[in-house]
Amino acid sequence: MEVGTFWIYLIVMFVVTYIIRVFPFVIFRKKIENKHVRAFFAYIPYTVLGAMTFPAVFYATGSVISAAAGVAAALALAYRGKGLFTVAICASLVAFLVSIVM
Amino acid sequence: MKQFIQGVKDGGAIGIGYLSVSFTFGLEAASSGLLWWEALLVSMMNLTSAGQFAGITIMAAAGTYIEMALSQFVINLRYALMSISLSQKVSPEFGSGKKMLLGFAVTDEIFAVAMSRQGEVSSKYFAGLAVLPYLGWTSGTLAGAVCGNILPDTVTDALGLAIYGMFIAIIIPAMKKDSRILKITLLAVVFSFAMYYLPGLKMISSGFAVIICAVAASVVGAVCFPMEEEEEA
Repeated sequence: MEVGTFWIYLIVMFVVTYIIRVFPFVIFRKKIENKHVRAFFAYIPYTVLGAMTFPAVFYATGSVISAAAGVAAALALAYRGKGLFTVAICASLVAFLVSIVM
Repeated sequence: MKQFIQGVKDGGAIGIGYLSVSFTFGLEAASSGLLWWEALLVSMMNLTSAGQFAGITIMAAAGTYIEMALSQFVINLRYALMSISLSQKVSPEFGSGKKMLLGFAVTDEIFAVAMSRQGEVSSKYFAGLAVLPYLGWTSGTLAGAVCGNILPDTVTDALGLAIYGMFIAIIIPAMKKDSRILKITLLAVVFSFAMYYLPGLKMISSGFAVIICAVAASVVGAVCFPMEEEEEA
């Protein structure tokens, strides 16, 4: 990637992300009442992360088997309510161990 | 000043968490071809995990600027709702100028801590709250981007899973708690698998695929399972 292209990507990212955060903060005084719109916004974080994670996660380590082992560990730990840091590190650790054994 | 220091203290745990995740962001950024200072700038100017990971994917794939703008818009749309919620809780001295400066620091975790504070949120407290997460996020990115070339491939490969581990740790508890979120998130995952494996749909770039899946599933959710006030997850 050329450095000039990078700057355009960076500025696009920054402007969009900044506007999304700051405009509603400055402008909004009232709460959104529409229950459908509220629901849409409530689901968005989880649908985005779900679609970003699957199936891409299975190709994150270069081996579907080690990645699947890491995912299984992450699902189990997250289900038991472990924190972000614990889940993330354990998933990596399991994938690493499996990739060594293979 | 007391409020500022309290904020700094409350942000400590977030800062440590960010340090580890941004380290993997730095690694990913370096392995996808970004220079160390480019990775650092992305983190300094965006302060958002999912958006940045999607961003470097689009950069690496040489995606269009429209795709970049749309992906950031959809992935970070949740911040708009958080900013609206936060705008109801800040103290009157938290004016527009301060909002323009500090609103930048609205992230999932900073938002959660700010909202859990009793009473109003002052600008000093919020500024303090943002300090350590910001430092953690940027310094972790720098360390990851620099280490990317030193660590062996098996280690960087395994660490590539860390960000997804974090995403899983965010969605699973919410799915467990709320059956509507469970159904709608699963629907988005099913859409995502379909986009990835069905012939004909595979040509859609990954950035757009995420947008389409997330919006489609959330619209289904908005229509089928609307949410009344005070019952949001």
